[in-house]
Amino acid sequence: MHMDIDDIDIDKDVCIGAGQCALAAPGVFTQDDDGFSTLLPGREDGGGDPRVREAARACPVGAITVSETMS
Amino acid sequence: MTETEPVAFPQDRTCPYHPPTGYDALRADRPLSRITLFDGRPAWLVTGHGTARALLADPRLSTDRTRDGFPAPTARFAAVRNRRTALLGVDDPEHRVQRRMMVPAFTLRRATELRPRIQEIVDERIDAMIAQGPPAELVSAFALPVPSTVICALLGVPYTDHDFFEGQSRRLLRGPTADDVMDARDQLEAYFDELIDRKQKQPEPGDGVLDELVHRQLRDGEVNREELIALAIILLVAGHETTANMISLGTFTLLQHPDRLAELRTDPALIPNAVEELMRMLSIADGLLRMALEDIEVAGTTIRAGEGVLFSTSVVNRDEDVYTDPDTLDWHRSARHHIAFGFGIHQCLGQNLARAELEIALHTLFERLPTLRLAAPAEEIPFKPGDTIQGMLELPVTW
Repeated sequence: MHMDIDDIDIDKDVCIGAGQCALAAPGVFTQDDDGFSTLLPGREDGGGDPRVREAARACPVGAITVSETMS
Repeated sequence: MTETEPVAFPQDRTCPYHPPTGYDALRADRPLSRITLFDGRPAWLVTGHGTARALLADPRLSTDRTRDGFPAPTARFAAVRNRRTALLGVDDPEHRVQRRMMVPAFTLRRATELRPRIQEIVDERIDAMIAQGPPAELVSAFALPVPSTVICALLGVPYTDHDFFEGQSRRLLRGPTADDVMDARDQLEAYFDELIDRKQKQPEPGDGVLDELVHRQLRDGEVNREELIALAIILLVAGHETTANMISLGTFTLLQHPDRLAELRTDPALIPNAVEELMRMLSIADGLLRMALEDIEVAGTTIRAGEGVLFSTSVVNRDEDVYTDPDTLDWHRSARHHIAFGFGIHQCLGQNLARAELEIALHTLFERLPTLRLAAPAEEIPFKPGDTIQGMLELPVTW
């Protein structure tokens, strides 16, 4: 049994552009031109990258929510 | 938390890379202790990692130092408490507007783009040290000029003025009297007022962050002149002083840990982790300041509205529940989630730039000067007192 990520939500009203998600999981997160966190194209489900949870924990303002299901 | 005598905070370190031994009682009393500030006023000190992260992200804690009763860790802080401090000194929603204006210049991508320029600046300084020949005083020859040159280039401040603003920053952070601190602040304000004038008169804006702010946000009324000056001061001061301290203290720490240094030389891929671990260990900004706006229940205690809440980053970053054997340098641990850059909405704006500078500066220094060593007994080398950002006052080296 393990947890699969179904969805990653970034609250852009909360994001302060610290870039910690892009540092922790550079294969999934990046910063847009305004500096705010955004998902790389095609990585909306995290693409199986185990660092997604690490990225959510690294966010200083809790702007990233990772929804998971058990399988 | 147990009922013990409040500990005085801040205190001087005994060893420049360890928390003061006077904080041992605090380390045994996580996550929250009573402390006494320099003026005898009591306050709370947060020392547990989870509690610190929760409280630093809690909007019921204010960082607006102009509020009545805001805690002052030093007389010099008390003296300039009422002067406008951008970013770090304002709460949301005002803070959010300022932060959003600055974020595009400080993204991870921007820091990555700046790496080749940082490498050139680092190499130029080491070339100059080699040309001059050993020995050298590493703070003035390397640790200070590297971040100072980088932040000047980024902001659009002429580096030729570095003696002036480095001197005023030093007085602002460590001035002996309150008048000294006020005067340093006045001089920096006058300097930026004049620099903004000059930038406004330029027909074509330069490529610095300040040029952009002057020719867009100031012109369009998104920021007023007083606010822009306050922003420029904090970016310049925070942009060079903190990184300079990490370079000097980081170098000293590595020289005092030859096995760890040898490990880095063998495997430079460890350097990003090593920088993170040094950030955790050294915790140079050791005393983040907040004031409670409402009663807050935490760790079985109530912090009352109006009480001062400080955070010891050095104690939090050595929480045994999070970091095994926390007093030992270990490049293989996950040092991430330290709070050396703070946490919550005020987490360091320049952290991505700081990481790039530290990685390049430390790596290149030890690569190009492989026999680098202290030129004086370690215990005789002076470091900064506990009431300011931690780092070396001087670092005599030879190679």
